[in-house]
Amino acid sequence: MSDVTTRIQDLIDSNDVVLFMKGTKEMPQCGFSSRVAGVLNYMAVPYEGINVLSDADIRQGIKDFSDWPTIPQLYVKGEFVGGCDIITEMTLSGELDQLLSKKGVTFDQAAADKIREANA
Amino acid sequence: MAMEAHDIEALLRVSFPDARITITDLAGDGNHYAAEVIDESFRGLNRVQQQRAVYAALKGKMDGPAGELHALALTTKAPD
Repeated sequence: MSDVTTRIQDLIDSNDVVLFMKGTKEMPQCGFSSRVAGVLNYMAVPYEGINVLSDADIRQGIKDFSDWPTIPQLYVKGEFVGGCDIITEMTLSGELDQLLSKKGVTFDQAAADKIREANA
Repeated sequence: MAMEAHDIEALLRVSFPDARITITDLAGDGNHYAAEVIDESFRGLNRVQQQRAVYAALKGKMDGPAGELHALALTTKAPD
């Protein structure tokens, strides 16, 4: 395994929820990253945000690692869940809640319901 | 370099000849599109697998700063 592959593997092994994104959780620098970080922040999901803009190796490496050409990318318990479109769909359908529950990740159920109410 | 909606559809059509494909130019700038692809070949695949197939069909057009497509919002499913 190359260095960057090992680093990515370590990140997703040592954090239950990892979001590879442009910018930081507090200050996303792309609308798509912002949307996913916004959902996770609002739902109070504990997660590690990895800013790919500050690390060129990870920025390319995560695309190869996941076989996925775009950022953001969400991992839960080592499993690639998807990018912005998939996370948005799963949030609105309730599948994200189910996944987090199944994987034993805490989140604010009332906040998740509120997102769905607001987008109904 | 921007792409036209029909270019995107033509590219997808090569890999998904029988799909229902809808391309929407979200910003009117030839750079931000939404694509809905409904194809029988997606049945039994999860969304990640479906969208990987769509990205593969786009043959690198989404890749990085040199990619011609900056933003393509994807919706994929099998026909109801």
